Amino acid sequence: MPDPLLSPRPEGLYCPAGDFFIDPSRPVRRALITHGHADHARAGHGSVLATRETLDIMAIRYGEGFAGQRQPYDGPLTLGGVDVSFHPAGHVLGSAQIAVTRGEQRIVASGDYARVSNPSCAPFEPVPCDTFITEATFALPVFKHPDPADEISKLLASMRAAPERAHLIGAYALGKAQRVIMLVREAGYDAPIYIHGALQKMCDYHIAQGIPLGDLRPATMDKTEARALREALVIAPPSAFASPWVQRFADPVIGFASGWMQIRARARQRGVELPLVISDHVDWTDLTRTVTEIDPAELWITHGREEALMRWAELEGRVARPLHLVGYEEEPE
Amino acid sequence: MKAFARLLERLAFTPGRNAKLDALADYLRHAPDPERGYALAALTGELELGRAQPAVLRAMVGERVDPELFALSYDYVGDLAETIALIWPTDAAPEDLDLPMIVETLQDTPKTRAGPLIAGWLDRLAPSERYALLKLATGGLRVGVSARLARVALARLGTPELEEIEEIWHGLTPPYQPLFDWIEGGEKPERMGLAPFRPVMLSTPIDRDGLDALDPAAFTAEWKWDGIRVQAVAEGGERRLYSRTGEDISAAFPDIVAHMGFEGALDGELIVRRGTEVAPFGDLQKRLGRKSPGKALLASHPAALRLYDVLHWQGDDLRPLPFDQRRARLETAMADLPPERFDTSEILPFDDWDTLAALREAPPQAVIEGVMLKRRDTPYMAGRPKGPWFKWKRDPFIIDAVLLYAQRGHGKRSGFYSDFTFGVWEGDTLVPVGKAYSGFTDEELRRLDRFVRNNTRERFGPVRSLAPELVVEVAFEGLNRSTRHKSGVAMRFPRISRIRWDKPAPEADRIESLRAMLPPED
Repeated sequence: MPDPLLSPRPEGLYCPAGDFFIDPSRPVRRALITHGHADHARAGHGSVLATRETLDIMAIRYGEGFAGQRQPYDGPLTLGGVDVSFHPAGHVLGSAQIAVTRGEQRIVASGDYARVSNPSCAPFEPVPCDTFITEATFALPVFKHPDPADEISKLLASMRAAPERAHLIGAYALGKAQRVIMLVREAGYDAPIYIHGALQKMCDYHIAQGIPLGDLRPATMDKTEARALREALVIAPPSAFASPWVQRFADPVIGFASGWMQIRARARQRGVELPLVISDHVDWTDLTRTVTEIDPAELWITHGREEALMRWAELEGRVARPLHLVGYEEEPE
Repeated sequence: MKAFARLLERLAFTPGRNAKLDALADYLRHAPDPERGYALAALTGELELGRAQPAVLRAMVGERVDPELFALSYDYVGDLAETIALIWPTDAAPEDLDLPMIVETLQDTPKTRAGPLIAGWLDRLAPSERYALLKLATGGLRVGVSARLARVALARLGTPELEEIEEIWHGLTPPYQPLFDWIEGGEKPERMGLAPFRPVMLSTPIDRDGLDALDPAAFTAEWKWDGIRVQAVAEGGERRLYSRTGEDISAAFPDIVAHMGFEGALDGELIVRRGTEVAPFGDLQKRLGRKSPGKALLASHPAALRLYDVLHWQGDDLRPLPFDQRRARLETAMADLPPERFDTSEILPFDDWDTLAALREAPPQAVIEGVMLKRRDTPYMAGRPKGPWFKWKRDPFIIDAVLLYAQRGHGKRSGFYSDFTFGVWEGDTLVPVGKAYSGFTDEELRRLDRFVRNNTRERFGPVRSLAPELVVEVAFEGLNRSTRHKSGVAMRFPRISRIRWDKPAPEADRIESLRAMLPPED
């Protein structure tokens, strides 16, 4: 029996024939990276193969020297007798699934992925395969994310109802922040949007990639200016709500854009007054639909709520196994 | 159903009382009749529906969803109604159902048939409305809306004042059509129920300096008892015990109600009394915590009323009479009442304020929390008129404690660490004894916030543990024994009275000093 094509190791998912890891959580000699979120893309690898956008994002995050060598993906290639190709994952700018093929056998590591429309990246492309590796972040049948446009209309209605209270929306710097801004723009809101300094570079990068975000201004106004604003929308990373930065706003409405906001207790624990259920991961419906559509001989599950997805596979008569990879964040939203 | 579901969401996520009031008033202003009446009743727990039991709901969802997937989901979500609302599989495009139709149908449906009915509705609703329906059907809304808060919101809708609404509240039944008609400019509804609540007269605080402007001869003085203010009303065979805000608490105090063999409305302090000894507030709290107390508790913690006013007696409204005359009527009325349950609040003899001050300094019982002053010549007026009644509370207890934890505030205090847990020494460790989030100025709040950020040891979500460096003077009104707190004590109304930037932490108080302030054990 030959080596397995891919197998879990402490560092992450390993391909012995090609001698590379996919999204390893520790520095390795050669890494193939699906997308730029910090739990998938770490600094310190010998060489990194990823989409051009993911490499740019890693350089913004970690500085130019984040890896010994970088290789932008520009089409299918062969590594140690293994064919490797990248396919859109619909998650964030630059995100890709990685297909690994040897002879007749193909495994697709999908990284994080989403099926709802997201103008900052190409839509998810189902790739026929023998083994599909899926995340399970929202793999419980309670997660059925609503239409993001409805969530945005809730936000705009709240801004109109309480114009004197600045609306501070927590959103992670890569992907979610730009997604919220684009959704708000799509809903017809064209006033300036204020962004926390931690979002500046990532927003600039999106704009440079031709993704229009409209008039963005730094949320560095002083207290008097902050309190004079009407119907103000401020986007910030959730961690900013714990910093003194937030004190310049008088009685702000704290919101949070995340798939977790579907669970009331989650919103309350975080002191969120305006939960916005906006996710860049597949919900239960899209996850199970995707697996059914691709119909792989085996389903491998990386991180999240593996038990529920295992149970679903059992009910569907599918072969599935949890990979128990370490290092992925419990709550990557 | 959509508007009601939206209201539940706003109430659930809005931390502040004012914002909750805004949400409520906003809904009540715009929702049609009779929907808003049913919604109001549901929020305040006055809607008697068939009450779908959790077992019925579980069985219902068990027919649609794999039990193991449901169990994993419920385990994650933590709330049965919410789990079902989210997990309910449906392909149909959601509709909006009429809330009154749902309420009225449930009222007419036997419990055993509620399951299929609810399932049929769930098929037609979106998740947020499914949640509202399930909360409605199970009767557990728990969104922090008391009947009192609802009445305050109602008072914002139209001209009737809160006191007027309180006065007619009891006896009204959902969906309260006459009430809404009145609020929108119609006729004031006739008082429907027997033994209604009468809005109470409240006092304003005063101190020794404030008294100099007043004539001692114009006032009577009584002890201020550490119980809760109640109104005992017995009229036309109906007997009710109301809290100060008009909540009906009769069911919790059958030992009082059984002895209300009079015709009238009395105002007094509800206490636990054993012979002549008034028990500490903690004993009363045990009674307040039980909606229907058992025999053992009734025997060990006997409730009594210490009366100080009479509002109605044998058909006559006595409220227009001056205090002195009402007091005389109260003393006459006492002859008909069993002394083990009813007595009067003693009138204290004094000629000048210094005499009264001396009495206040040395109360005969530990549960006395100051003195009450009432003008002899004023009628009984609803609300808190300034002038006729004063409370002169005893000085608060004071201890020096060390700040241990801080939590970020909400609303105007967003981003500031403003909620503090403090502790005192037990041996060489600090044991938490209470929480406070008031008592400091805005400038002090900013300084405290800086202190928290510079002295953080660990973070747990919105909470930080602190280096035990800063001493605060904590003022509080009383101390109870507590089995819930590790320290064994629970403070009443603690607030930070002074920040002792100057005082080293080792010089803060010890738990022994607090324990010495506890009432004697029973």
